Amino acid sequence: MTRDAIMAALTEVFHEVFDDDSITLADTTTAEDIAEWDSQTHINLILAAEMRFGVRFRTSELDGLKNVGDFVSVIERKLA
Amino acid sequence: MDQQSVQPPQAPEEADLAWLPAHPDLSAALAAARRLPQPAERVRAAAELAGYRHNFLAAGRIDRLASLDAVPPAELRGLGLFPLRLAILASHTVDHLFPALRVAGLGRRLALDLRVAPYGQYRQVLLGPPTELDEFSPQLVLLALDEAEFQLGLPLEAGEAEVEEAVARRVEEVRHLWRRARERYGATVVQQTIVNTAPPLFGNFEGLVAAAPGALVERLNAGLRRAAREEGVLLLDLAWQVARDGAARWLDPVRWHQAKQLVSLRSAPLYGDLLARVAAAVAGLSRKCLVLDLDNTLWGGVIGDDGLGGIVLGQGSAAGEAYAGFQRYCGLLGARGVILAVCSKNDEANAVEAFDKHPEMVLRRDQIAAFVANWTDKAANLRDIAATLNIGIDSLVFVDDNPAERAIVRRELPMVAVPELPEDVAGYAARLAEAGYFEAAAFTADDAQRGRQYALNAERQRASQTSSTDMEGFLRSLEMVMDAAPIAPVDLARVTQLTNKTNQFNLTTRRYTEAEIAQVMEDPSSVTLRVRLADRFGDNGLIAVVLARPAGEGALAIDTWLMSCRVLGRGVERAMLQSLVRAASARGARALIGVYRPTAKNGMVSDHYAKLGFEPMPPPPGAEDGATFWRLELDRFVAPEHFISIMEGVA
Repeated sequence: MTRDAIMAALTEVFHEVFDDDSITLADTTTAEDIAEWDSQTHINLILAAEMRFGVRFRTSELDGLKNVGDFVSVIERKLA
Repeated sequence: MDQQSVQPPQAPEEADLAWLPAHPDLSAALAAARRLPQPAERVRAAAELAGYRHNFLAAGRIDRLASLDAVPPAELRGLGLFPLRLAILASHTVDHLFPALRVAGLGRRLALDLRVAPYGQYRQVLLGPPTELDEFSPQLVLLALDEAEFQLGLPLEAGEAEVEEAVARRVEEVRHLWRRARERYGATVVQQTIVNTAPPLFGNFEGLVAAAPGALVERLNAGLRRAAREEGVLLLDLAWQVARDGAARWLDPVRWHQAKQLVSLRSAPLYGDLLARVAAAVAGLSRKCLVLDLDNTLWGGVIGDDGLGGIVLGQGSAAGEAYAGFQRYCGLLGARGVILAVCSKNDEANAVEAFDKHPEMVLRRDQIAAFVANWTDKAANLRDIAATLNIGIDSLVFVDDNPAERAIVRRELPMVAVPELPEDVAGYAARLAEAGYFEAAAFTADDAQRGRQYALNAERQRASQTSSTDMEGFLRSLEMVMDAAPIAPVDLARVTQLTNKTNQFNLTTRRYTEAEIAQVMEDPSSVTLRVRLADRFGDNGLIAVVLARPAGEGALAIDTWLMSCRVLGRGVERAMLQSLVRAASARGARALIGVYRPTAKNGMVSDHYAKLGFEPMPPPPGAEDGATFWRLELDRFVAPEHFISIMEGVA
């Protein structure tokens, strides 16, 4: 999967988790940019992404996520 | 008849609510429902979608669609939902489960209003100064504790007696918390059992070391269950559920370390449903009657085509054993008080022949309270069954192997629960159990007799049709004996159960917890009455309840008057009034005041007080809309005619 394809699929995950189809993502998008993105919905996002991409994140990988770009990179590495 | 398609393998999280049908396009349905203009319409749509299989993400979206906060309780009741305030006191994170819990509530006809005590503060909240929860006044309190919270600090080599004592101390502490929760909020308490999250230290030897973590959890749970039995506390038995399903399905150690979530978000819909069905049982919304199809449901093959010798049932084949096993499970449900009925497309003679003549039949005709075998459509037959048994259509569960029949019944009668069945009969019983339709909030000797009583009722009906030409003759022929007495502690469980599930013969439909009824019972100025009825066919058990409280100026107001449907039309209410008047006079009362609060289901008692000779009176100031008020001066009371001998207990 290319970075762009991952970003597109991740965007759909965000739409589903936040029930909002108007969300657009960039590498620099952070929780600051999305009103409903809090510690609770963060876990929803991770679980939804795990289901979507068929991957499992390690405890240590979760601590390093700062923005959407990091998120995409972790998924990219796992799918490689 | 038996067309079953091969289903694609399901992701584990989607197999969780396996008894619910899959929606063809949930996303499109959600999008359409979001465009509905009225909040109440959106709640109705959300409640419908909650009846389809959904994962935690879909639950989140259905919850947002419902937005229950925005709809006042009266309107929710109008939608057929029962508003219930539930507080969760937990030693782990539970907030992530709320959306799925509310959606599970909708699926069980509840509008849940949820609050959570601050993380890990359950003791302070219950024992300390008032918090927001006191104001919230929960009707149900869940105490959700986990293994980490039950570290007893025992050395591994601690002996049997030392371990026993430490466990008993901890259980007593929890018991004290339950009592506090009852006193503080007047709530029904639910205790979550302790999930064994500790990896075994000793392997197979774990159970042989009294202080090993696994052995401790087991002992704690045994202690909690026993204490709960003694205290009338209900269980959310997560420990058993996790043991059955496997820890991998329920727990996620990453999320435990990340956010102290005991139950993983993935399992939120199932957890929500487990709790919602307990709450529904407390609210009297559990199903009452199991309606069974025959061909390919209770036996393999089609009796009309294959004949008595051709159907697959009992010893001789794996499938036959499995059908007999399913019959046994249904029979056991009957024995715990679920009413059994049959609804089958068959010639009645063929269907009856299988029951009467097949040597491997496990279920017997006399266990079936309503037996309908004909070629009319099943929706119409289900309506008839409910009418015959005098129960609501919404208390039926319909089990049929044929997906087409299931779909038709769901479409025609959305209030009937129709579980999806696995392709193999070997899984029928487990699926029915898993669906949790018959969750109990009490189990009394009366429940164990219920199946028999409904079957006897069928006999009584036949008696009324054949042996007596007139109603009076029939009623006399029943030789009814009524035992009327004040409610005693031994009656509490059954009385509470009746107040919470009686919908039709119920003048005010006020639901009470055991604690609330005990308060009325102990109040010397109030009058309570519990009525048992026996007749020549057998004992009907405890079938009616009255609670009356002083209303000033020598009047007693009848707060609650209800009666089980199985004794309708037999003049019991007339005999009861006689006992009530006597008890009221003994308290020095001069008048009785009755109130009728109409609901969607209690139309049959709208003229109850008029029929008993009460005079209409103007509603007192502040009375709710639609309620009617009635008054009976005791000195003008004339005992109405009935055909029941009255035995009165100590009043």
